[in-house]
Amino acid sequence: MATIENTTDEVLKLAAAHFKVPREQLSADDDFFKKLNINSLQALDLLTRLEQHFRIELPDYELQGVSDFRTLAERIQSRL
Amino acid sequence: MLDLRQYDCLGEALRAAQESWPDETCLIEADRDREKARLTYRQFKEAALPIARALEDSGFGSGSRAAILMTNQSKWLISAYAIFYRGGVLVPLDYKLTPEEQLKLLAHSNAEVLITEFHIWRAITKAEGFDAFVVRTVFVTEAPAGADLAGAKRWEESRGSGDPAFVKRARQDAACIVYSSGTGGRPKGCVLTHENYLEQCIALTALYPFWPGVRYLSILPTNHAIDFMVGFIGPFVCGATVVHLRTLRPEFIRDAFKRYKITYMSLVPAVLKSLERGLRQRFDELPPGKRKMLNAAIALNRWLTRAEPHPSISRKLLPQVHDAFGGELRALFVGGAFTEPAVMRSLYDLGILVGNGYGCTEAGTAITLNDFKPFRPDTVGKPLPGMEVRILNPDAEGVGEVSVRSKTVMSHYLDEPEMTAETIIDGWLMTGDLGRVEASGHLQLLGRKKNMIVTEEGKNIYPEDIETAFEGLPIKEFCVFAANYLWPKRSMVGEKLVLVLHPELGHPVGEKIVTELAERNRGLANFKRVSGYLIWEHDFPVTASLKIKRPVLAEQIRVAVSREAVVPL
Repeated sequence: MATIENTTDEVLKLAAAHFKVPREQLSADDDFFKKLNINSLQALDLLTRLEQHFRIELPDYELQGVSDFRTLAERIQSRL
Repeated sequence: MLDLRQYDCLGEALRAAQESWPDETCLIEADRDREKARLTYRQFKEAALPIARALEDSGFGSGSRAAILMTNQSKWLISAYAIFYRGGVLVPLDYKLTPEEQLKLLAHSNAEVLITEFHIWRAITKAEGFDAFVVRTVFVTEAPAGADLAGAKRWEESRGSGDPAFVKRARQDAACIVYSSGTGGRPKGCVLTHENYLEQCIALTALYPFWPGVRYLSILPTNHAIDFMVGFIGPFVCGATVVHLRTLRPEFIRDAFKRYKITYMSLVPAVLKSLERGLRQRFDELPPGKRKMLNAAIALNRWLTRAEPHPSISRKLLPQVHDAFGGELRALFVGGAFTEPAVMRSLYDLGILVGNGYGCTEAGTAITLNDFKPFRPDTVGKPLPGMEVRILNPDAEGVGEVSVRSKTVMSHYLDEPEMTAETIIDGWLMTGDLGRVEASGHLQLLGRKKNMIVTEEGKNIYPEDIETAFEGLPIKEFCVFAANYLWPKRSMVGEKLVLVLHPELGHPVGEKIVTELAERNRGLANFKRVSGYLIWEHDFPVTASLKIKRPVLAEQIRVAVSREAVVPL
């Protein structure tokens, strides 16, 4: 089973690839709305990408109140 | 549809609809590509009455208040009907607020019952301020087996014995308390009567009728005023079907259009824009030859529909586009915030009608709506039947504050007589929006008189509600304004928030403070963040009770500095 560190790292990698930014510019505590300059719909798009990668289902409401990569990774981790 | 003039309250009208169309499908709930529930009007009634009975058993009756705090799903509507059946007042709350904000509005509304989903309830029980929670009865849906419910009852197992008693209400009685803002500052609870809703429903269906067989796709949460009316009351008094989709992801929305052959759908500008962008991207991927043919078909459609829409022609000319929308789409409704005319125009040219409108919770949802005769995306359409729209103190170009008088205007703000008196004057609702009525009757919006912004997702943000986030900094005083309020421009776009800082004498705003500001700003929900700050070296004008005189300060700033002086944060 992946550790939370692995999951967070995967999330950062996928987010960087999805929004075409260098991976090294992103860190776990970044606010992804601000850092990637995206709105809530674009964030849902990322969620779909993450679901495909981790082979899990994340309901839209799991993104409620989440704005940093670390918390997002925790939500994913709890469903792995 | 039912003749709504015959009924005095929503419970009565909804009950009559269930008797008129028992075997029609009223509700379909889909989660992604799975259908989770499908109910006829009879089954809907059978699902709602046990909840009404459980409410009755908990002492809930005429005028009692019950809040619903749920995402977009069938149990929202079933619970709402149970509340109206018992003569209760419904308080629809936004599940997107923070648990602390939800607790604040629950307390303000004096709700004695809360109906919510397990994951929302779990967050509330962990929130600061939960120890002061006073709601007597809580029903929770979809709780996992063995979960700690913290005193709540399972919605699915709430079955009182025997039939509940129906409680009739009068037209002037309160039906709902809808919060139009006030998560940070003073809560604004709009008290809307049964008459407000019945009249609004009559006005809207005069322009866009529903009937058995119409399928409405609901993606907005039902607490949203538009979805409450167009995705619940409207279709339900006409025997139509509501399809709930529990996700906002574009791929599943596209899928639902086709699978359910959707007739109408409501959305907010942000979603409409993403839909239009998706279409354009797919057009751009076409091989040059096909792209050329498509462009020719679009040009021809534009010319043929220049005076009015011709859906059957558009469907023949552009079958690939219309098939993607299920082939039976009549219109998309967009509201809640300003919609860019270009986006609507581009969809209209494809034969996809976007009925944009204008309204506010205080006016009972919609005031104006586009009727496509002809299509005027640069306006918000004409007043609906029964709405009187007047421009107050118009300037030389006819621009002034939009005010409205109609049977749909709310009764009052809950527990706020002063705020009510400032908002409804001699029966006219002051909207705070600036506009002009053209000779053709179309209303054109040209900005806001109020210190507020509306996001693309349709959220009203009152700058003063955000100030608590910046308290305790080593600054003499500060204040948040909407940029378009400080520097009015005749536009509905580019709305931003500006933080005005008055530093202590001899303590200029340095790097440390700016870092702290930026950090606190990041802690706010993305739509509440300020875009930059402005240094103001003078004392703020204040009232005798030391409240900032915002309009006076705004005027001083407007005269002294320009928009360019704002330092981005």
